[in-house]
Amino acid sequence: MRCLGRFLGRPLSPLLALVLVAALAGAGCGSDDNDSSSKGGGDLVVSAAASLKTAFTSYGEGFTEAKAQFSFAASDELAAQIRKGAKPDVFASANTKLPDELFAEKRVEKPTVFASNRLVLAVPADSDNVRSLEDVAGDKVSVAIGAPAVPIGSYTRKVLAKLDAGTRKGILANVKTEEPDVAGISAKLQQGAADAGFLYFTDVEATNGKLKSIELPASLQPQVAYGLAIVKRTPNREAAQTFIDGLLKGAGADALREAGFKPPPQ
Amino acid sequence: MAASPIQPDGGAGRTVTQLVRARWFAGALFGALALALTFLTVPVVAILVEESPGELVGSLDDPGVLDALWLSLRATLTAVVIIVVVGTPAAYLLATRRFRGRELVITLVELPLVMPPAVAGVALLAALGREGLIGGAIEDAGLRLVFETAGVVVALTFVAAPFYVRGAQVAFASVDRSWLEASRTLGSSEARTFLRIAIPAAAPGLLAGLALAWGRALGEFGATLIFAGSFRGRTQTAPLAIYERLGTDFTAALALSAVLVSVSAALLLSIKLLSGRRAFDAVH
Repeated sequence: MRCLGRFLGRPLSPLLALVLVAALAGAGCGSDDNDSSSKGGGDLVVSAAASLKTAFTSYGEGFTEAKAQFSFAASDELAAQIRKGAKPDVFASANTKLPDELFAEKRVEKPTVFASNRLVLAVPADSDNVRSLEDVAGDKVSVAIGAPAVPIGSYTRKVLAKLDAGTRKGILANVKTEEPDVAGISAKLQQGAADAGFLYFTDVEATNGKLKSIELPASLQPQVAYGLAIVKRTPNREAAQTFIDGLLKGAGADALREAGFKPPPQ
Repeated sequence: MAASPIQPDGGAGRTVTQLVRARWFAGALFGALALALTFLTVPVVAILVEESPGELVGSLDDPGVLDALWLSLRATLTAVVIIVVVGTPAAYLLATRRFRGRELVITLVELPLVMPPAVAGVALLAALGREGLIGGAIEDAGLRLVFETAGVVVALTFVAAPFYVRGAQVAFASVDRSWLEASRTLGSSEARTFLRIAIPAAAPGLLAGLALAWGRALGEFGATLIFAGSFRGRTQTAPLAIYERLGTDFTAALALSAVLVSVSAALLLSIKLLSGRRAFDAVH
């Protein structure tokens, strides 16, 4: 103790030293603030696709089984993190491909499809030069789409593949950016940097009027099914299962409906 | 009364406790350095050894990867040229003249240094985007920035300029004033003094600032993504290309990272050698 004191430049009284030690110990314990109703390991960590942000955040606020902590990012990035060793309790993706892949790699339990969404053509609310897909192929239109590896990007490419060659080429020529997630596309549209973009219907709803959606013909609509899975060896299996059950029938399902998601495809 | 640790004692009269007391601080210093060094170098080493060199080089075959590296080179070089051409006279003014509001000006110039890159991107969009403060005027003049390589250069210049201007200012301020004054009294114009005396004298510090600015520009991610977007060959710089490949082609991400790390290290090393270590240390 006197060494410490000499290091600090003056004798350290035993009382002060005791206070220091107590403060350090207290700081170490300070981050665990489980509420008394949580079971299992404490917080429920959910890695979810960026497009689920509004729905999951509101569901999480009312979730009493555990304190729900969310990590929202592009689904492919979240899957990569899990492959590299990240251990959320639940992984919710904007497609079924990634959960199925992780299941085959034995990293997650059997996936469940919990919602469906649809792709729309998104434009700024005050836009008047883009009213249809043909307009998107027109002159001087700048388009924002997702990168190929992220679900929104691969769904968009499925839509484009079903178009006639002329419109498809026109749209692709107008693509100015391939964003890593829906947030980037939404931001570029809201800033007026892009004239049109392909987003989920729920993302346009989430902007509260800043963007408007133009529906795509049903024949072009890809099947947008959202899948989730419990990550293997999670300490919070019960809470995770309750979270998932609520999404299929309960408060979670209501939150999804509210955000614009539809029930899972039959 | 205990012996002071730095008393040259020969060791004969010291107890074990006194020796421990004398050495513990030095030990703690070395321990701290070892910890810091390990923490900083292990991730860098991991980039290079996680996959075999053959795999890394193989993944560089992807034309998208090569496009990204080439774009990074072009964009950072352009940004650095702009930064040096505009920043050198600006730094000289800040270093050699006193004027009202000088401290405020210096703080404003240094602002991007502490600005999170995402904030820088949002700020640039708010100012120069299509609906931005002066974005409309710029677009009317025919200059497109968002989604164009020019926008990438703007973003890089914005985040990297303070590194150069600050280093250049310090370098100019440490040039012996009497040389500058002597040059003037001998009849040289201020411009000539600046070009023939100040710049050569400050060169080591200027080069060091340039290296920092260039390194910062090479690594820029958030501001570029938000302001210019990400499109192969036009706006997808190496860091953006790394991000795109994280989920699907981690080997390519590693390879790109390895290239960037090597280039940055080579940059730092060559500037150090060119400018002499003492000048480099002086700027920091």
